[in-house]
Amino acid sequence: MSDVELHHPADVAPGDEKDVSLKQRVLGYLVGLALAIVLTATSFFIAGTDLVWQPSIPVAIIVLAIAQMGVHLVFFLHITTGPDNTNNVMALAFGLLIIFLVIGGSLWIMANLNHNMLPMDQIMQMQR
Amino acid sequence: MSIAVAHGHDATLIGLDAEHAGPAPKRIVTGYGFWIFLLSDMVMFSCFFAAYAVLLGQTNGGPTGAELFNLRNVAVETVCLLLSSFACGMAAIAAEERNHLWFQIGMAITCVLGLAFLTIEFREFADLVARGAGPSRSAFLSAFFTLVGCHGLHVSAGILWLLTMMAQVFAKGFRADILRRLLCFALFWHALDIIWVAVFSVVYLLGSAT
Repeated sequence: MSDVELHHPADVAPGDEKDVSLKQRVLGYLVGLALAIVLTATSFFIAGTDLVWQPSIPVAIIVLAIAQMGVHLVFFLHITTGPDNTNNVMALAFGLLIIFLVIGGSLWIMANLNHNMLPMDQIMQMQR
Repeated sequence: MSIAVAHGHDATLIGLDAEHAGPAPKRIVTGYGFWIFLLSDMVMFSCFFAAYAVLLGQTNGGPTGAELFNLRNVAVETVCLLLSSFACGMAAIAAEERNHLWFQIGMAITCVLGLAFLTIEFREFADLVARGAGPSRSAFLSAFFTLVGCHGLHVSAGILWLLTMMAQVFAKGFRADILRRLLCFALFWHALDIIWVAVFSVVYLLGSAT
């Protein structure tokens, strides 16, 4: 750890790894690929199966997708929680905040509007 | 520097050390700037995802996702992109090891898998349009074509960039500026894979489940 910091005092570029051997780097990508394939296969299996309680399927798919995005971030983009990665993680956190606001806010507002609006055929009758 | 090495885990000292270290190396600045761009790209995609989620039920009497999507195609597309991401990582390692042969092999595999993905996606789109389920059929299909098509456009741009990088490394070798571009390309390609994870989960799996 300490001799590594002689090369890069504070930061590491996103996508770069600290000085690790060739074998370790290849192994990292292999582990990431294996995890990603397992998670993908699981979510495709869950989407088409009758073995699990049906209402839990959408939640399971979303949880598996978030897990797989995490796998990609750590093993492919090398965004980790190390002290040299703080700037990258902070930028990611801000991006996630905006994404959450956009998606969550849109769904919330539109569901609310949908709920408060009369069905379309009744609006047509009122206009008559 | 020696203080930071002695107390490498002390957060305040790391901050001090960064202050005295001068400007960050160009590779870090470039990579960080490109990371910010990728995050803004993801924010743009999140708008398309929000539009898709809102318009999911607005089929205007037309076909729903469950009737249209062929999950076997999507699984093949996913495997193509996953393996191409892996090949891209191998090419990045080969570039760091300054190995021309393995770099070109890795990039060529990435390119072929990316093209396979695009071919399957284009066939799917052409099939949908031929069945009368084009983007003008319903709000749901407009949102679908916008979201998935935008990802496809990103992959197309990525393949053009990939071919450019292969040519640049072939002509100019592993210079520092070329290696910075390679870093950005690898980030871009892996980020596209992340967006595809969201696409196949939200659009195809959730879309055909409901």
